[in-house]
Amino acid sequence: MIVRLMGEGQYRIDESLAERLNELDTEAMGALERGDEAALGSLLTRMADAVRESGDRLADADLSPSDAIVPPPDLSLDEARALFTEAGLIPDLPAPA
Amino acid sequence: MPGLMSRASTIVKAKLSKLLDRAEDPGETLDYSYEQQLVLLQNVKRGIADVATAKKRLELQTAQLEQSVVKLETQARDALAAGREDLARQALERKAAVQAQLQGLDQQVQGLDAQQQKLVSSEKQLAAKVEAFRTEKETIKAQYSAAEAQVRIGEAATGIGEQMADTGLAIQRAKDKTEQMTARASAIDELTKSGALDDLTSSSDALDRELAQMSQSGQVDKELEALKAEVGAGAPQKELGE
Repeated sequence: MIVRLMGEGQYRIDESLAERLNELDTEAMGALERGDEAALGSLLTRMADAVRESGDRLADADLSPSDAIVPPPDLSLDEARALFTEAGLIPDLPAPA
Repeated sequence: MPGLMSRASTIVKAKLSKLLDRAEDPGETLDYSYEQQLVLLQNVKRGIADVATAKKRLELQTAQLEQSVVKLETQARDALAAGREDLARQALERKAAVQAQLQGLDQQVQGLDAQQQKLVSSEKQLAAKVEAFRTEKETIKAQYSAAEAQVRIGEAATGIGEQMADTGLAIQRAKDKTEQMTARASAIDELTKSGALDDLTSSSDALDRELAQMSQSGQVDKELEALKAEVGAGAPQKELGE
């Protein structure tokens, strides 16, 4: 499957890494719910590191969509919460002038 | 309960479908989306320029503050040499305050640097994908029926839409950071103007004046001594001449 590390790029990863990512992701969700910024940051960093280490980087010009998106590790709690609301962190795509 | 990854994915797709829903036929969708990509590419270039400007300003302030550290150190030494421990202490206290400012600035310049690098890398990826999309869009328009085109457009647009959302986030975060930095730089400028820090660095500050007075009075003392010596040596001759 293809994973995007936000702010970095896309990687193709295998099934075992995908499983590992899902475990870390569940923990990260817990950290966000507890409001534990340090744990959230460390889990997101571990997710990104694992993808970088074992994944194959896709070419910049590749137009494949990703199956999963990993938020940036330096996300603050406020940013993380905002990320998951539609009006939140990611701005609307710009309209042509 | 869905995790962070699938939630992020859902949000990105929602942004994209909102965008594509505005267009009606496949060809129009393609052109519309392409125009949006070009707008975003302009935005990211502007974002990079803004970050560079903010960084430059902080670097300039850093250089100024570093100069005042050197100056205050010299002043402390001069004051001590002149036996004015009180002035030396004052100069060192000011130096510590300037150094505290400097430390914060260093970290912030580094933070801005990281944002700038992210934006540059984001721009590179977006530019590569925009170019790939442009080629793909002409192929799709030329080779496929409307129904087939719809499917292929969906794929290409999802791929690039995701990059657009990612780049959009990078721009937004860089913008927030740049605004914080600019506010801080203004605060330091403000402090400098209002005199709170100006006292530390301006050449006409009280510490400087006192040191100047000291060296002036030292100079006066010296000249006076020299004069006394001259006059002392000359006076008896005059008396003798009369």
